[in-house]
Amino acid sequence: MTRPRLISLLGSYGVVLALLLLILFGWARYDYFVGLFNITSVLRYNSMFALVALGMCFVIMTGGIDLSVGSTAALGSVVAALASPQGAWIGLGAGVGAGLCVGLINAILVTRLKIMPFVATLAMMLAASGTALLLADNQSVSVSYESGFTSIGQDNFIGFPIPAWIAIMTYVVGWVVLNFTSTGRGVLAVGGNEDATRLMGLPADRIKFLVYLASGGLAGLAGVILASQFGAGQPIEGVGWELFAIAAVVVGGTLLTGGVGSVGATLAGVLLLGILFNVLNFENGKGWISLSAYWQSVIRGLFLLVVVILQAKLSSRGSVAVRDY
Amino acid sequence: MILRLASALIGRWLFFGISIAMPEPSDAFRIGFAMNTDNLLSMTAIDKRFAGIPALSGASFAVGRGEVHALIGQNGAGKSTLIKVLTGYYKRDAGEVVFDGKPFEVSSPQQAQASGISTIYQEINLVPYRSITENICLGREARRCGLLDWKRMHQEAEALLQRFNVRADVRRPLMEFNTATQQMVAIARAIGFSAKLVIMDEPTSSLDEREVAVLFNVIRQLKQEGVSVVFVSHKLDELYEVCDRVTIMRDGRTVKTAAMNEIDKIGLVSAMLGRAIERAEGHATAFSDRDEKKIGKVLLSAENLAINQIVQDVSFNVRSGEIAGFAGLLGAGRTETARLVFGIDRPRAGTMIFNGQTFDPNKPSDAIAAGMGFCTEDRKSEGIVPDMSVAENMMLALMPKLSKSGVIDEKAQRDIVERFIRQLGIKCSGPDQKVRELSGGNQQKVLLGRWLAMNPRLLILDEPTRGIDVGAKAEIQALIKTLADQGLAVLMISSELEEVIEGADRVFVLREGISVAEFDRDEATEDAVMSAMAHGSAPTVAGAAP
Repeated sequence: MTRPRLISLLGSYGVVLALLLLILFGWARYDYFVGLFNITSVLRYNSMFALVALGMCFVIMTGGIDLSVGSTAALGSVVAALASPQGAWIGLGAGVGAGLCVGLINAILVTRLKIMPFVATLAMMLAASGTALLLADNQSVSVSYESGFTSIGQDNFIGFPIPAWIAIMTYVVGWVVLNFTSTGRGVLAVGGNEDATRLMGLPADRIKFLVYLASGGLAGLAGVILASQFGAGQPIEGVGWELFAIAAVVVGGTLLTGGVGSVGATLAGVLLLGILFNVLNFENGKGWISLSAYWQSVIRGLFLLVVVILQAKLSSRGSVAVRDY
Repeated sequence: MILRLASALIGRWLFFGISIAMPEPSDAFRIGFAMNTDNLLSMTAIDKRFAGIPALSGASFAVGRGEVHALIGQNGAGKSTLIKVLTGYYKRDAGEVVFDGKPFEVSSPQQAQASGISTIYQEINLVPYRSITENICLGREARRCGLLDWKRMHQEAEALLQRFNVRADVRRPLMEFNTATQQMVAIARAIGFSAKLVIMDEPTSSLDEREVAVLFNVIRQLKQEGVSVVFVSHKLDELYEVCDRVTIMRDGRTVKTAAMNEIDKIGLVSAMLGRAIERAEGHATAFSDRDEKKIGKVLLSAENLAINQIVQDVSFNVRSGEIAGFAGLLGAGRTETARLVFGIDRPRAGTMIFNGQTFDPNKPSDAIAAGMGFCTEDRKSEGIVPDMSVAENMMLALMPKLSKSGVIDEKAQRDIVERFIRQLGIKCSGPDQKVRELSGGNQQKVLLGRWLAMNPRLLILDEPTRGIDVGAKAEIQALIKTLADQGLAVLMISSELEEVIEGADRVFVLREGISVAEFDRDEATEDAVMSAMAHGSAPTVAGAAP
């Protein structure tokens, strides 16, 4: 392996490396960090972000952005909570359906009406948030405990939280779609050079349509898990989720301009940010210093910057990583 | 001396060209001719208008099976429009197209591709971040059990490239490879679509000699396999190497089609420019006879400038109060030379002396500080800011000077703007009108005003009258003359032969990146300049620079 290739490999797996270092750090420093309870609760909580980040990853790979995911998740949670008395599956379907509706509107705005993704999804972020508040009458909507809806977010399957199973399955599907279907390769081609993609005869608009739709659906699914996990539809949750998702995607080495990206690295990015949050909580628990939520925010921001700068340095010396098959 | 060096270089180039063209002349000859009767493509009487302005009027174009057909013409002659009509990018207004024996109606490049017409665009239209395999196979991937079969796609891509003797790791991203390989990937992609006709739009513009030789071998190979090629290029020598026939376009018409071995370069150039070799009488431009006594000392002299294959060896000089003209075909390196002078690009070799001192600008602001101005060829994208007002556009370059302490002196600004609106005769409702709303000629005057406000000593004008109507053209030309009479040194690039010949006090002819000839006003006849543009040497050769 030549030196530039090694560096480029480090660049693309830098996020995995950082993740491992962080886990080792937590393991060495805190007693209960690598304990079943902590692991399952971190996974349970972060699976929502993982779903949102997966959708975001696909949107960003086409060179777009989806700012509406946070409020879409909030809307999904409210709709799911409202529908949950009809049954767990109906609640699930309703929440995902609400997300797909938002995604559909985004897709139409971006591909048919040619509105810039930033503007279109910003508008939808406000609209979805408002709809969630209207439907919920400005308060949390309690879910039905009789229908078994709460199992989705709170139960385990083979000793593993169900939300984590859902996230893992969607990531596997996402990975296959990206790497082994023509639509997936089209996603990267559109982001890399949209004009060329059109001239090559690929359905650029259809590909973009699909990613916004998927992003909405995944945000809706995250909303279902939110409602189920906390026992209530949360119209005011989801604030800043889009930024968390973008951060996770970027930390995973996906270019904001599109054309380069990885599903696996995005998952690593989500875990990195989630576990960093977890580590900071443990640090507070030790009682040496007390970090307020504000300080935690500052530290997370700085950490994010360090990882991104490192990655930029590494990959500019090597080359952009492309998966080899 | 310079001339001798230049012609030696050209001689070598020609020799090189001939030596690789030699192998199979009789073959090429036979195929070329046998095919003329059986056309793969024929376009007849094509009309295309944009907003009522004709881009094509009655253009006709035919390509035989297995023929390599050159399509040439000046900028704006209609080559790209013709190609885009063929590939379904534009819809024609009138005329008929027959391809492969059937009437041909397509409404998109995709459909054209599916019917067997592939286009390789000048700027390589691929996805740089993705692997070679993906770039070749995108849109027609191999599948197994519904999922992509990477192994087979890699093999196919490798096999396609090997046909052209290109060995490359098809798994690596395209951006890691040189331009020639990228070009081959583009060609492989085009041919992989089982093309019957491949259109190459200036495929050699970014290749070096060796890479061009490889490309030409590919073209010959295509030809042998019965694939027809439409070859668009500005480098005349290349046409003689690979093409069987040539069609020349001018003003939206196809003015001439000839077998390559029946037309010489002068014939090509004069058909492109639409000038008979005999000189037309009378003045066609507003550059009336100039008073040459006002011409002063040499202000800028450049020796042996080079940057890449586009500018290889250019030497010239401009004197105060003089209009020096650059003549040459598209791609001869005129604009690129101007960019070197103005510090936009950095030369790889060569020296410049400006106003008696060594001049080596790092960036445009160095050139501006030294007293230069540059009106670019592409007024829309590099010159004006359409949504800013006349005043703001005019002040852009001057701003740093006027605002010494960071505060802009409104009064001084107004005075200057109003003076230039008056002096240049800019027709606008006032300094606050948006430049977008002005005519092309008046936009150009605003740009002139921008540089004149800097009180420059040398003004570089790249195609100063392009896209401007006849009346305004004469006004701009008269203005340039007046400015030179007042002592300004002007370096004027123009693709309109008469503008250079009548306007310039001295004409420098560039050909394929080399300054091949220099003419004084008396020597600069149309046939002399055209001959230098075509061959690199002239019947009447001027001496070295004074």
